[in-house]
Order: sequence, then structure tokens, then C-alpha cells
Amino acid sequence: MADPLLRVENLVLRFGGIVATDNVSLDVAGGELHAVIGPNGAGKTTLISQLTGQLLPHSGTIRLAGADITRVPAYRRSALGLARSFQITSLLLDFTAIDNVALAAQAHDGHSFYFWSNARKERHLRRTALAALDRVGLGHRADVLVSRLSHGEQRELELAVALATKPQLLLLDEPMAGLGSTESARMVKLLQELRREVTIVLVEHDMDAVFALADRISVMVYGRVIASGAPAAIRQNEEVRRAYLGDQHAVTRHG
Amino acid sequence: MLLVVEQFLNGLQFGLLLFLLAAGLTLVFGIMDFVNLAHGSLYMMGAYFAATFVAWTGNFVIGVMLALGATLLLGIVVEFVALRHLYGRDHLDHVLATFGLILFFNDAVRLIWGPAGLALPLPAWLTVPIQIMPGVFYPSYRLAIIVVSLLVAAFLYVVVMRSRLGMLIRAGASNREMIGALGINIKLLYTLVFGLGAALAGLAGLMQAPILTVQIGMGENILILAFVIIVIGGIGSIRGAFLAAIFVGLIDTLGRAFLPDLLRQMLSSTAASTAAPALSSMLIYLLMAIVLVLRPEGLFPANRR
Amino acid sequence: MKELLDARNVIVALVVAGLLLLPLYTSITGNIFVLTLFTRIVIFALAAASLNLIMGYGGMMSFGHAAYLGIGGYAVGILAAEGIGSGFIQWPVALAASALFALVVGALSLRTRGVYFIMITLAFAQMAYYIASGLARYGGDDGLTIYKRSTFDGLINLSSRVQFYYLCLACLFGGIYLIWRIVNSRFGMVVQGLRSNEARMQAIGFPASRYRLVCFVIAGTMCGLAGALLANNTDFVSPAVMYWTRSGDLMVMVILGGMGSLFGPMIGAIVYLLLEELLSQVTEYWALIMGPLLLLIVLFGHGGILGLLGRLRRG
Repeated sequence: MADPLLRVENLVLRFGGIVATDNVSLDVAGGELHAVIGPNGAGKTTLISQLTGQLLPHSGTIRLAGADITRVPAYRRSALGLARSFQITSLLLDFTAIDNVALAAQAHDGHSFYFWSNARKERHLRRTALAALDRVGLGHRADVLVSRLSHGEQRELELAVALATKPQLLLLDEPMAGLGSTESARMVKLLQELRREVTIVLVEHDMDAVFALADRISVMVYGRVIASGAPAAIRQNEEVRRAYLGDQHAVTRHG
Repeated sequence: MLLVVEQFLNGLQFGLLLFLLAAGLTLVFGIMDFVNLAHGSLYMMGAYFAATFVAWTGNFVIGVMLALGATLLLGIVVEFVALRHLYGRDHLDHVLATFGLILFFNDAVRLIWGPAGLALPLPAWLTVPIQIMPGVFYPSYRLAIIVVSLLVAAFLYVVVMRSRLGMLIRAGASNREMIGALGINIKLLYTLVFGLGAALAGLAGLMQAPILTVQIGMGENILILAFVIIVIGGIGSIRGAFLAAIFVGLIDTLGRAFLPDLLRQMLSSTAASTAAPALSSMLIYLLMAIVLVLRPEGLFPANRR
Repeated sequence: MKELLDARNVIVALVVAGLLLLPLYTSITGNIFVLTLFTRIVIFALAAASLNLIMGYGGMMSFGHAAYLGIGGYAVGILAAEGIGSGFIQWPVALAASALFALVVGALSLRTRGVYFIMITLAFAQMAYYIASGLARYGGDDGLTIYKRSTFDGLINLSSRVQFYYLCLACLFGGIYLIWRIVNSRFGMVVQGLRSNEARMQAIGFPASRYRLVCFVIAGTMCGLAGALLANNTDFVSPAVMYWTRSGDLMVMVILGGMGSLFGPMIGAIVYLLLEELLSQVTEYWALIMGPLLLLIVLFGHGGILGLLGRLRRG
């Protein structure tokens, strides 16, 4: 393909005796929605954590828009256009929804060594935050404490926070985890809209969603990518069926 | 030369004493994730009990045994009545609660035994100097401390590394939920571990009583050293505590012994005599700061949670 | 309006009013002791408030905060002993020294987390304690007497109890106001966010250490001011003010009053020190009661006194 937005080459990460990421290579083209699937423990979240900089690989490279970001600290990658949502909801629980999103906007609005003026009164930050909330359908819940939001709303908020940083690459780690059928459908619709604006790497177990959304799919098992390509091809792939999509592993929607 | 050997042994003996104290602390912290500031109070109680029981019974060994038992019992009572309700809570809650216990114990001791300290005289058979090398004599009591400490260390090693209880302890240090899932009586395990920690603290306290001090507040001074040791050694690691304790004991003792002379060659006499103890005390903290900066998890951290 | 009148705000308002009017009361009753007692309480309230900034709002559990009381105090004491009695020189030096110490300690300590952080801050405070003990020229263990309080060119007379009390009170309220502004500013949002969820904050693009360090330095500097005030109050400074149990006292005040609340440390300092004073008048063995009391508070009172009041309102 023409220069991919994200290029991962021979990524290796070991934890003691376990090889969590076993020579993973992956390309994500600009504008595509690339799904990463695989059984639990395959190393999908570990891969995401290396892409975002929370974990550092032992060897291999990660390139974003051509630039080598393998060892760039986590907080710097956000400025480079990388945003993620967490598999286990990771929000600021004692803040309101809009506070959470506004902070993300604040991070990309210059430095924060201002000690005097009330940050909650910065109109442009609040506007950006509200816009992101409206996008995911949470505008009416802006002033609710995150700990009081339902699980589904929190997953949507994760997305809003990621969007507020105006990313070029969105890494979504199981955004549908724990969602009921209506909420899942809403999330799928949301992602359909978002894919037109931002490149997405989607880690998911919900196969219906994956096959509805993905332009390409990579399958990970035991830390390796065993197949990568168009959804139709992946469906037919023998190895993939055996390892993941086979009868014993019929994974459908949660809830 | 003789002085160096003697001071080296003193450092070893001090280090082993510190190990006993630190081992109890690291066990409790590693397994119950409990920060026990009152550990120093148990150390103090060991010393006070020993001085009292030895005076009552007139027999050193019996008095010491009784003191050990009393401290063990005290530890269990404190755990049962107060501390067990705090497991799983924020470390800050532990700090505050055990800080309250320190205040309580210090005043309780003052009430019962008075503000002046106590003395614990050694029986004649323990004051005999022993010849360890041709021409080098070392007090037998200090040798006894070294021997007893090494025996306890070996015992701890056997228990923690080889026994079923030890396996539970080590498993508990790395994965608390798993222990509960195995159906082991967690409450009993925790009480036992705490009791063991208390006994170790009490033993350290009573052993140093004849040569150092039995007074209010003795626990606080040495507690910090114990914390420094487990931080250097790695929280939850007995092996780390052992090595760090020996190291700290040697540095502290040798520092105090030889630093004043070193300083006197550089500064005036009065300046040196006040600066020396201050500097020697600082050495340990400097060491800890260096270790933490280079290895934030200590030298031998137990498995990550 | 109903919200404003809840138990917490009423109590805080009453306390503030009481503090403002105290000198009136003492001049009527002639009870000077109460004035000096409350001067001390107000100074510790300032120290506790500064600790609350890093502990309650920033999530950094520092067990070495009393070091700044000593640094501020010794700055005043040493300069006074060397013949420099002007507060215009002493106090900025106290602040600068505290800021510098906080910078160094913070830069090293903030590489660690959790109990390691607690221990390393404790260690650094003990180092400061031992350094002070080793200063033979300035009294060492015995401490340093300050024969003349800081002078301010006639602007204010620190030897006047009432004037000094109001200065301390002004510093306390000024400090609390400053903390209020900081906490709600961009900076404060970041620091609070880091306490709440550091991974999330890094993911959205905030470099954690530099914000934490700046917060640490601000808190240390504020406590250095309290130290300068304390030295003037007691006309004396000694290493004992930096001993680790003093840091424990400060932590207790913060937790007692309610961490992460603006006026919590003030309430905590008042309650803790008053309790200490009252109990020690009843019995010589006041810690016998204070100790278990602390234990009970930890076991049953979440969020300190203000938290308790908040729950009473809701329940």
C-alpha cells in the first residue's frame, strides 16, 4: 500500500519467560478501520499499550506517519495524533463527564501552568468538550459525575475523551465490552460515522460488529499475527477458523 | 586492626538485629499490604517485658522467654482487636491508625513504668569475653545475639521457603485473592503472620536491651531504619531485607566508629564532634535515596502485583 | 441557598468568624494564653493546608512535610543569629530555601510511588533533621533561641501578640485562597486528574512528573512560610520541629479535617491541637486517649470531620 499511517515492524515484548508480543508486524492505511481480533490472552491489549507508549517493546519499530515513535513517551504520542480508549474503563471517576473531556481538550491547548483563572470557565475548552459529548450522544449528561454514569455511558465517554484530542489515529480497546444490544448497536453506528474522519484500530470480541465495520482484519493468537487481510478472506482462513472462529469459539455479542 | 574487627562484628550484630525487626515489618507489609508504624512499639514492649520479667523471676533465660511470649500475645491481641479491620484500606489509613497506637503505647509505658528507662543487667555467664581469634576477645553476649539472629534467620528461611505455611506466605505476597480462593482461612493466616512479626520485633527489642537501651520512644528511632531497610531490600522480600540489613548495620556502625576521626582531621574538634553523629545518621538515608533513585522498587522486589 | 447553608459551610463560617474575633474575646477576658494557643494553631493550619495541596488534591502522600517548618524556622533563626533581623530578608530566604529543598527532594522522590514515596520523603526529612542537629554553631540538638522577632521596618510589630496573630491569620486565609485558585486552575485540574487516574492523564497528553513537581514545590514553600511564622511565635527553633512524628502530626490534621477539602486542614488542625491541649490539662497521659481516638476515627470516620458532616446532611 501507499505509505501506511501506522506501520508496526517485528515488535517483540517479553514478560519474564512469556513472549507477549511475538514478532508482530502490521500496517494500517490512512482512513481505514482495522480490526484486531483474537482469543483472550492473545496479546491484543499488550500491543495497544506498546502503540500508546505505556509499555516499551524489546525490539521492533512503530512508525506513525513515517516517524519512529517506538520509544517516544506516552504523553508525547497524544500530541502526535494518537488517542486510545481503555479496555477497562479508565476515566477520572470523581470528575464530571464534561470535566473529563475538557481536560483532554486542555492537554492539546498549550501548556497548563496557569495557576489563577478557573479552568472550568474557559469557554473554548468547554465548547470543544460539549461538542465531543454531543457526538457520542452524551451531551445531556455533561454535568454528571462519571461514577454515576452507566457502564455503557462510560464506554461512550471514553470515546468522547479520545475524540477531544483530535487524533489522526484512534486505538479502541474493546469499546463494546459489557454493552447490551441497544448500546452496542449505538456504538457501531457511532463508529460508522467516525471512520470517515479518523483512522481507527479496533480491538474487539464482538464479531458481528467487527465484520460490519472492518476494512481489514488482523488475527492474533499467542502474541503472533496469524492472518491479516479483508474480512471475507479472514472468514475463510483455515487457521483462523481453527484458532478462533471455530465451533468451540463461537463468540457473539455480549449481553 | 583489632578495632576494625570488633567494629565489624558490632556492625554485623547490629545488622542482624535490624534484620529481625525488618523481617517482621516486611512480612506484614508484603502479605497483608499493611503499613505498621506501631512495629517499633512492639520492639519497645519486648524490651520492657524482658526487663520486668527478668527482674521478677531473677532468671535471665526464663524472663526472656516470658517476654517473648508476652510480646507475641500482645501482637495478636492488637491485630485481633484493632488492626484486622484495616486490611485492604488505603495505606494512609494504616499510617494514621498505627500512629495513634504509637502515641498510646508510649504513654501507656510511661504510666506503668514511669518516664525514666529501665535497665536489664546480664547474668554473669553472658558477660564473659570469648576469644574468637588469637588475641581478639569479643563479648559473649554480642556473639550470642549474632548466633540467635542467624538461627532465627535460618528458621525463617526454612519456614518461608520450604514449609506449606511458607508457600502460603509467599503466594500471599504476590497474589492475595488466590489465597482466599484456595479456601485457606485468611484471617487465621494473617493473625499468625502478624504474631510472627510481633515476636520478631519483640525478640530484637529484648536482645538489644542489655547493651543499648530500654526507654520510651526507642521504637520510633529504629523503626525508620527498619523501613529504610525494607525499602532498600525490596518490599516483601526477606532475602532483600537480610542483605540490606547487614549492609545498613555495617555502614552505620563503621560510620559512627570511624567518621569522627576522619572529620577531626578536616574540621575543628567541636564542629567534628557534633557533625560526626549527624553525618553518620545521615549516611543511611543517603544510601536509601541513592538506591531508590536508581532502583525505585528496591534491590529485590517481590513479584509485581 | 439551601445548599450554602449545609452543616459544613455553617461550621466553617462560624470557625472563621471565631478566629477573626478571637483577639476581641481575649482582650475582654484578659486570657492571653488562648491567643498564643490559637496563634500556634493558625500557623499549623497553614502548614496542614499546604500538605493538603499535595496530599488531598495531588495524591502525593508526603511523610516529610515537617522538614519545611524547620527550614523556614532555621532560615529566620540563623539569619537572626548572624545579625540580620529584617523580615524582608529573612522571610524570602525562608521561602527560597524551602522551595529549593522541595525541588531537590521532589525531583528525586517523585520517581517513586506509593509506600516508597512515603518512605523516601520521610528519609529526606530525617536527613534535614540530622543536618540541623549537626549545626553546632546554631545550637545543634539544643536548638537556637531567637532573641528578636523579625522586623518589618515599622510596618508591623511582631512582638505585639495581637498584630502577630492577625498576620498569621492573614497568611492562613491568604494561603487557603491561593490554594482555592490553584486547585480550580488549569494546573490544579491536571494535578487532581493525576491523583485520580495517572494512566488516563498520560494517555491524553500530560507529562505527569513536571506538574507534580511544581505542586510539590508550591506546597513546600507555603510550609516554609509557616516555619518562619512558627519560629517567630516560639522565639526558638530546634531540629525537633522536623522530627518525623511532627510530619505525622501534620498528616493527622489533614486527614482528620477531611482530605481534599479547602477548609478541612484548618478544622483538623484546630481539633487536633485543641484536643491535645485539653486532654493534657485533664491528664498527663493525654496520648492514652488521643491514640485510640485516632484509631476509632480511622475505623469509622471516612473523609474526616467534614466528610462526616457531609454524610450527616445527606442521611
